[in-house]
Amino acid sequence: MSLAAQLRVKRGDLSLELELSVDPGRTLALVGPNGAGKSTALGAIAGLVPNEGTVRVGDRVLDELPVEQRRVGCVFQDYLLFPHLTVLENVAFGPRATGMPRSAARQAASDWLARLDLAALAQRRPAQLSGGQAQRVALARALATDPEVLLLDEPLAALDVEIRADVRAELATHLADYAGLTIVVTHSLADVTALALDVIVLERGRATQRGSLAELTAAPATPYVERLTRPAPVG
Amino acid sequence: MRRPLVLAALAAVALTGCAAVPEPAPTNEGTVAGTVTVFAAASLTESFQAIADAFTAEHPNVQVTFNFGGSSGLATQIVEGAPADVFAAASPATMTTVTDAGLATDPADFATNTLEIAVPTDNPGGVTGLADFANPDLAIALCAAEVPCGAAAAKALDAAGIVASVDTYEQDVRAVLTKIELGEVDAGLVYRTDVLAAGAKVKGIEFPEASGAIARYPIAALTASANPDSAAAFAAFVLSDAGQRILQKAGFGAP
Amino acid sequence: MRRSFLTPALWIPAGLAIALLGLPLVALIVRAPWAQLPELLSRSEVLQALGLSLGTASIATVVSLALGIPLALVLARSADWPAVPRRLLRALVTVPLVLPPVVGGVALLLLLGRRGLIGQFLPFQIPFSTTAVVIAQVFVAMPFLVLAVESAVRASDRRFETAAATLGATRWTILRRVTLPLVAPGVSAGALLCFTRALGEFGATITFAGSFPGVTQTLPIATYLELQRDPDAAIALSLTLMVVSVAVLVTLRDRWVPGLTS
Repeated sequence: MSLAAQLRVKRGDLSLELELSVDPGRTLALVGPNGAGKSTALGAIAGLVPNEGTVRVGDRVLDELPVEQRRVGCVFQDYLLFPHLTVLENVAFGPRATGMPRSAARQAASDWLARLDLAALAQRRPAQLSGGQAQRVALARALATDPEVLLLDEPLAALDVEIRADVRAELATHLADYAGLTIVVTHSLADVTALALDVIVLERGRATQRGSLAELTAAPATPYVERLTRPAPVG
Repeated sequence: MRRPLVLAALAAVALTGCAAVPEPAPTNEGTVAGTVTVFAAASLTESFQAIADAFTAEHPNVQVTFNFGGSSGLATQIVEGAPADVFAAASPATMTTVTDAGLATDPADFATNTLEIAVPTDNPGGVTGLADFANPDLAIALCAAEVPCGAAAAKALDAAGIVASVDTYEQDVRAVLTKIELGEVDAGLVYRTDVLAAGAKVKGIEFPEASGAIARYPIAALTASANPDSAAAFAAFVLSDAGQRILQKAGFGAP
Repeated sequence: MRRSFLTPALWIPAGLAIALLGLPLVALIVRAPWAQLPELLSRSEVLQALGLSLGTASIATVVSLALGIPLALVLARSADWPAVPRRLLRALVTVPLVLPPVVGGVALLLLLGRRGLIGQFLPFQIPFSTTAVVIAQVFVAMPFLVLAVESAVRASDRRFETAAATLGATRWTILRRVTLPLVAPGVSAGALLCFTRALGEFGATITFAGSFPGVTQTLPIATYLELQRDPDAAIALSLTLMVVSVAVLVTLRDRWVPGLTS
């Protein structure tokens, strides 16, 4: 089962035209400068933004389905944990909303918290979490709904620079355990290196280069790709 | 101190009234000037405005300003120090509030008012007399017992030995009339002057028991008045033939 | 510690405002006939009016919540409507706030009275009933709730609803488990304003519902009528009304809000 999407979105100044496909176990990174349409592309797949193209997962066509029936999980840039619910309740929200009985949903949530090493935080409120903890809770919340597709929008951008490397490494292990289809939006080379095998460079709504990171580094197609893949100057 | 002045003014008007001289020459015209502020019961609104017109025609140097409202409220305002020169109340009881506070002496009754049954013009309840007020199928409005029209209504019903089947006790006579005009109630007890003022929108029905509950309206110039001569002259004018004619045209009875 | 940038000069107008709001109440308290207060307040007609007021204001608040929260949500989401219906709806919600309540009462009579637009077809009579008291209170008090909830909805982050949808929640679940809990402080503030406004309602009630002890004579109406006969007793009754309102505001506020604001 894989994801195949044709995205055609007009939103204000932005005109997005993008074809992409994701296979299991091969996380796709969407990179590009601000305003290129990366988040819009995720929104179109999740059903949050009207898409004139088509999105398929295996033989399921998502276009006619409302957001809540698409089985597309999202980790948002600032996580959007529900402030009025505890960590456990946040993670149990998805299972509950899809009809699981209360106690089963709480059990499932506890299991996910344990897997992501969050069991000790179950009764905290989101306001009492560090950035890295909040990110893991957001991941647990998305995975608890058993999504076929997982979308991560700049999952490390809200974190302090000092902790980013550790959180990134953890995220990489968790994503490796996840059997579904993953797309991560980022504009950081380090994220791409750690998390993704395939890359699409998006500039002004169009794909300007596709391939592996090595291919991009070897032959950057645009000045943006060249700047992105150039090794950071030391000192 | 001021009492002789009031009496003098009363006498002057009374004399000229009796003599029926068309253009009387008041004795102290020089001091009848400035502004007279009259606190008067709401039911006097139309007739007192007409009286003020006639009064200022006679005394061109005077200006009359009014504060119309419920008598009890006006009495409270006067006791609390409102700048009033004359008080015309719809009941002796409210006037007593002011005289007890030492703010007026010797009030004189200047009009009476009689209760009438008021019904919507098409009289949907087929009301013919006070006895119909006992019919529980009719919607009936009375004034609340706390206000003069309510006290009078209770007195009239008591005298007739009728236990009314009341749906609402309204805060004043105008509120009763509104309910009748809108057809929300089948009958209410209001004053004859209110029926006349409401015109074609309500129909009045006289009833004999009303004679037991006639409302008396007293007037007094206030002792704290800044303009005592003009105040006395206005009070006297209300009691004069000219004032009385205007009041009777509006449906008030002679004192 | 956050530093306050309040300039001392603001204390002058603020102090005047406090005086304007507070001193009349002080006067009421000073002039209250304390000696006869126990006797006055134990009169059965006073207790009856107080009970009727508390009961009708509670029902009016529940009705306002049931109807007003949906209206507030519609109003908050009307931003993408055409200008004319959007402004008309907003004006409609605001009208009861500026309309003299007595006029509101007349309008209700013209609609629901015996000869009213709708009332003439009803098999039962609404005016002069306790139902009419509740309707009048809802008419006057619901806008307070609607506006409070609407501003809370506008101020809340709608992306939480998006997040809930991606977790599989239907619109109904989102409303119940995300939108409403997030605006709960606004709802409780609005409900309190609504309740206290309903408790003090006079003009629309006496015009539409009339005044009959035990049925439609609420405490404000009893107070007004008492003012005609015995101002001292009226002061005592207004004091009761004030104490009840203040008590409700103070106790409920502490009880409802914690846990929602953290």
